[in-house]
Amino acid sequence: MKSCYQSAGTLVVLLLVGLALLYSGPAVGAAAGGKITGTIKLDGTPAHQRPIDMSKDPVCAQQHTGNPVKTETVVVGANGGLEYVVVYISEGLPEGAANAVPAQPVTFAQKGCVYQPHVIAIDVGQKLLVTTADPTTHNIHPLPAAGTGNIGWNKSQSPGSPPIDTTWKAQEVAIPVKCNIHPWMHGYMAVVKGPYAVSDDKGSYTIENAPPGSYTLTAWQETYGTQTQKVTVASGKSVTADFTFKAK
Amino acid sequence: MRTRWLGRSLFLGVAAVFAVSALGAGQITEYQESQAMGMESHIGKLTGHTKTGAQLYRRFCVFCHGSLGDGEGENAMWIDPKPRNFTLGIFKCRSTPSGTLPTDEDLFDTIGRGLLDSNMPPWRPLTGQDRADLVAYVKHFSPRFASEKPGPPIQVPPEPEVTAERIKAGQATFKRVECWKCHGVEGRGNGPSADTLTDDLNRPIKPFNFHDTDRFKCGSTDQDLYKIFMTGLDSTPMPSFMDNLKPDDAWDLVFYLRTLQPMRTKAKDIAKQLGLQPVSPNAAAAQPQSK
Repeated sequence: MKSCYQSAGTLVVLLLVGLALLYSGPAVGAAAGGKITGTIKLDGTPAHQRPIDMSKDPVCAQQHTGNPVKTETVVVGANGGLEYVVVYISEGLPEGAANAVPAQPVTFAQKGCVYQPHVIAIDVGQKLLVTTADPTTHNIHPLPAAGTGNIGWNKSQSPGSPPIDTTWKAQEVAIPVKCNIHPWMHGYMAVVKGPYAVSDDKGSYTIENAPPGSYTLTAWQETYGTQTQKVTVASGKSVTADFTFKAK
Repeated sequence: MRTRWLGRSLFLGVAAVFAVSALGAGQITEYQESQAMGMESHIGKLTGHTKTGAQLYRRFCVFCHGSLGDGEGENAMWIDPKPRNFTLGIFKCRSTPSGTLPTDEDLFDTIGRGLLDSNMPPWRPLTGQDRADLVAYVKHFSPRFASEKPGPPIQVPPEPEVTAERIKAGQATFKRVECWKCHGVEGRGNGPSADTLTDDLNRPIKPFNFHDTDRFKCGSTDQDLYKIFMTGLDSTPMPSFMDNLKPDDAWDLVFYLRTLQPMRTKAKDIAKQLGLQPVSPNAAAAQPQSK
């Protein structure tokens, strides 16, 4: 009789432990986050960037008189630093850290009939604000791939309109965005889970607050594709991960 | 003795944990499956069922839209625009906001109406019940219909009286929200951006020419026209203007667009009396006029 109670008790304890393991996931946030930082370079001659002819919409052209905007498929800054590369943790992130959503919104601005910035990274579920500062009407038309869980839309935005306030549902690197009225306008929204960064005009990036652990880090560039490397983040420390893309 | 019961209870405990998790996973797939096969449509008093819908689909739709509903039927390679891929759950003619699912009525109406300038004919010979069954079957192809609800249908307020002021205001709206960038200053589908437009399959697509016909892709009434530009036609360059236009602006625009169309309307008579000229945006100089 006694052993019956004992075994029933053990069973319950084991069940609880099992369920706790199933549903809790590893504890996160206890240790302070680390930093991943690095520089992204291009090896070789970058793809030629054409000046954009905006003459079909004089309102756009006027804003760039004498200094036409160039396409931004490959933007190389000083010392071969590659701009607009999205860096994110693609594997190994604990559930809790992957699902944490930053509170501050990401802004995708339309200014001078180009997207500023050309590439944004955003967390799944993070607030996205699409703003316009142009004296002309744009339509914002993101085109997520089929089966990703993200659904495309197409909205018109007139001068002085309030920002379009929305979110993305699923990870997707990266969603192309276009304006049908101004066919030269192209941009990307990289939707990721967990911490991310986009390289600046010197090609450098910093991912703040990465939880300690070993990860696969992925860098994505719209023309040259993706590269990965392994990193190990220690609490309160900074780890360097440089990438070099080869010009095709 | 002690090790034996410990071992047995450990085994049982682990087995129970696995059983619980396996049960959960199994339930989800079966649930999803039953959702897809048991998909129904509700249009007024009609209830459509996938089972009869499947038979009708195989008889009337499969040749273009394909047995998987992916728009890859055997006729698909010969026709343009391409048949709709139902697996994406993205539709042109909706009463719901851009990026949301259409209502059952929207799909029902599309089947009955057909799509202008495409190979999709009006399926009026099919009964209402047939079309309702087809709606259910079309919906079963996309997992979106199992997991999402249609967007909230936009409210079309009662149509006001058409007046000269409203037509002039409509023309100002046509200029302000820049319909002319694609549709042209006269609404002939020849605006400055017209040549560059592509649909979501990256195939060239023409903006609507208002002088061609008194019908549109998604209907022929003033209410249909109101819905078309407010919701946008998803998968095409036509955006939603819901955030830009108040209901009054939208009705003004409807009246102005009616002055461009070939049939005689009250709006057109008023425009004639007014001597209404096409909008002259600053870009007009850079754009050849089609007169």
